[in-house]
Amino acid sequence: MINLLNIQELAVHFGGLCAVNSLNLRINSSEIVGLIGPNGAGKTTAFNVITGIIRPTKGKITFLGREITGKPAPVIARSGIARTFQNIRLYDDLSVIENVMVAAHSSVSYSFAEAILGFGRFTRDEARIRKRSQELLDLMGLGHLTREKANSLPYGSQRKLEIARALALEPKLVLLDEPVAGMNPTETSDFAKFIIKLRQDTSIGIGLIDHDMSFVMNVCDKIKVIDHGIEIAWGVPHEIRNNKKVIKAYLGEN
Amino acid sequence: MDLSFATQQVIYGLTLGCLYGLLAIGYTMVYGVLRLINFAHGDLLMVSAYVAFFGIIIFSLPWPVAFLGAAIFTAVIGILIDRGAYKPIRKSPRISALITAIGVSFLLENLALVLIGGRPKSFPIPTLFNGSLSIGELKVPVLSLWILSLTLVLLVIVIGIVHKTRIGMAMRALSRDIETVSLMGIDENRVISFTFALGSILAAFGGVMWCMRYPAVEPFMGVIPGLKAFVAAVLGGIGNVTGAAIGGLILGLAEVLIVAIQPDWSGYRDAIAFCIMIVILLTRPRGIMGENLPD
Amino acid sequence: MPDENPKRDKFLTFISLSFLLCFLWYADNHFSNYTLRILNNIAIFIILAVSYNLINGITGQFSLEPNAFLAVGAYTSAIFTLSPEEKLRSFIIEPMAWPLSEISLSFPASLVVAGVVTAFMALLMAIPVFRVRGDYLAIVTLGFGEVIQVVANNIVSVTNGPLGIKGLAPHTNIWWSWGICIFTVLCVVRLVNSSYGRAMKAVREDETAAMAMGINAFRIKTLAFTFSAFFEGVAGGLLAHLITTISPSLFTFLLTFNLLIIIVVGGLGSTTGAIISAVLITWGGEALRLVEEPISVLGFEYEGIPGMRMVLFSLILIFVMLFARSGLMGRNEFRWAILINWLKRRKTSEAKNQ
Ligand SMILES: Nc1ncnc2c1ncn2[C@@H]1O[C@H](COP(=O)(O)OP(=O)(O)O)[C@@H](O)[C@H]1O
Ligand SMILES: [Mg+2]
Repeated sequence: MINLLNIQELAVHFGGLCAVNSLNLRINSSEIVGLIGPNGAGKTTAFNVITGIIRPTKGKITFLGREITGKPAPVIARSGIARTFQNIRLYDDLSVIENVMVAAHSSVSYSFAEAILGFGRFTRDEARIRKRSQELLDLMGLGHLTREKANSLPYGSQRKLEIARALALEPKLVLLDEPVAGMNPTETSDFAKFIIKLRQDTSIGIGLIDHDMSFVMNVCDKIKVIDHGIEIAWGVPHEIRNNKKVIKAYLGEN
Repeated sequence: MDLSFATQQVIYGLTLGCLYGLLAIGYTMVYGVLRLINFAHGDLLMVSAYVAFFGIIIFSLPWPVAFLGAAIFTAVIGILIDRGAYKPIRKSPRISALITAIGVSFLLENLALVLIGGRPKSFPIPTLFNGSLSIGELKVPVLSLWILSLTLVLLVIVIGIVHKTRIGMAMRALSRDIETVSLMGIDENRVISFTFALGSILAAFGGVMWCMRYPAVEPFMGVIPGLKAFVAAVLGGIGNVTGAAIGGLILGLAEVLIVAIQPDWSGYRDAIAFCIMIVILLTRPRGIMGENLPD
Repeated sequence: MPDENPKRDKFLTFISLSFLLCFLWYADNHFSNYTLRILNNIAIFIILAVSYNLINGITGQFSLEPNAFLAVGAYTSAIFTLSPEEKLRSFIIEPMAWPLSEISLSFPASLVVAGVVTAFMALLMAIPVFRVRGDYLAIVTLGFGEVIQVVANNIVSVTNGPLGIKGLAPHTNIWWSWGICIFTVLCVVRLVNSSYGRAMKAVREDETAAMAMGINAFRIKTLAFTFSAFFEGVAGGLLAHLITTISPSLFTFLLTFNLLIIIVVGGLGSTTGAIISAVLITWGGEALRLVEEPISVLGFEYEGIPGMRMVLFSLILIFVMLFARSGLMGRNEFRWAILINWLKRRKTSEAKNQ
């Protein structure tokens, strides 16, 4: 098990608002780490900073031992961190398979001149990307929808498509922002099985945010709880379940 | 270059800068609330100039009435443009709104061409704005003083509205993110209409003063000033009212002074704004007073 | 779902291109000069529309550059095809600057130079613009269009100033314009169907999500912009040697506006739409010229009104954006499979009806 992500004393301010305050977090390979907390706790913001969409105010993020703090989003993505979005962000007007193939762009070895001439590495790479994308769609159970437009898919399938797209980046770490939101209990438990199997098969590290407590407790190895940007607990699921601070933070909400 | 010549040029520069500034404020406010470059904004200068022109020439209105009428008419046009062309596509991709804006701008220009004709008309300048004051060797056009003071007054009023009134606060909230405004219980579309009206009124005053300074009214007179005013808005930090005014002044001064110092370059006067735009984007894309807007 | 069949599709494309060439050969030998000129115009406008659509429609970055880049391309290629003697003769205000005054290239070489120079200009603009929000591209390109006219008027020793460059050899004929047109369309279609094209569309659909998937949006936008600039520059060279006289006042924003209409009516983002619409609107615009000229209809004397055509065009543009945003083609492209399936279905329904 190797350390993938290491966050130290991370802080994010929006004007006067302190969305994340001195967050520390480690995610190792083959590990599923949950990040939970009430709405507005700063979970999504933390993901946005890790993936380079927002710059942090303070703190240090390393990935595989290399510092990535404040690096541009595409650089971070190419170094092996993929993600999904809380409010699904697919390329609506592209087909399902194109959505997945986009994420494989960084693995393309042909130049645009070769693309225009259309032989050599172009044909080979395109075939490889298409095949791999189809495999990922099959894996997510979307294999039969290849040619549909992304925005014509039902909500649950769109979430799955986002995950297929994230995996097409061949990441070492995947960050899932509320992956089971809007799924029914059967879909959720299928998804839990899928995640556990994915971790076994690939030794990928997974960070996940969700509000479905039984799902989170079920799949996560470790859980971090934050509230108003501040860390209030860290531990294995049963420790978190009985933690007084956590219960109090959630009672205010639920 | 002697001192009085320099002062003279500075006054010309500030005068031009005020006109850019008045136009730039409208750009900056609309961009703030809608993230839209309102290409038709420059053409409002032309609309107002024609209304004032016809008011004085055809209806023989006294100039204050004609000018006020121009301001009101232009404000109405501004609101109509938003309601008719931009509101229906608020939720569509941004590029649709930009294309529509180009369409509206072209429509205004060519409607004027069709209805009024392309020949430039000379604007009747009221005697009050004619002549100049002599201070030693220095000759200050009365019009410049009017333009400077009117701009200052308008700027104070606009800043007052934006910072002190409820609707101004809503405008500022809207330029940060739309949801808070709905939460405040304010009708978003009313705020947007108000923004267009306010911007249009400033453009209208800019328009009548523009054609007293450069007294030729023609259908395409708003194009180049509009383009430059947008540069002024970017220079000042887009979304920032004071910034837009300052950006306008800097641009006006730069254009006049560069040509004064280096008369050979007078042919390139219209290229100065473009160079400034490139330099800002390279060095300080948020402009001199720009704040960090969320995307 | 129609099935793809690359071999069959290539064959069909080949056949239809052959038909097009036969038609052009026939046209070249039998059509009037006026009609040939329109055909040349159509080819040039297809080149422009397809490349303009690449940056505006496929990559979703609103730009207003075609008139500027046409000007750069037209001047560049014109300067290079004139012979030193011709340059001496026509640059009467100020002689042409050395070494330009001595260089003279063949027409095709001048087109390549025109494309490269224009692409380089685009690159210089892309660097400041795409480092920040893409919104400013529209203003910078619009401003560049104004500046290029100012510059063309002022650097007399390169452009001959307001007099412009006259007496260019009429190199552009049906074969050059349509040959380059077909070449451009093939290049753009191939690019769009590659991973680069998918990345461009991803940037258009959701820039943040594209970057989160490892796509360097800056690079992709710059690629699209420079690539379309190259072909717009080449089109400028073709245009210059079609009309044989160029001057700064030729390259006004009106050109860009016409192209904007073309790509919007065709369906922003559809190369097929851009082609169809370029044909329709170039032809239709030619016919509409009548509106602005005095004519008599059914005994009524009708005075031409300048600007009427543009009023109509702006109304069309606004109308399409408000009520028919997908234009003729939406974002769909022509595919042989679709045509074949459609033909098959018609046949079966005809058979049923009988
Ligand atoms: N781009 C932004 N600009 C300003 N405030 C933001 C931004 N993104 C998030 N916030 C604020 O930061 C806080 C944390 O939000 P978020 O990370 O989305 O919470 P959650 O834990 O529900 O995912 C919220 O108060 C939110 O309003
Ligand atoms: Mg969240």
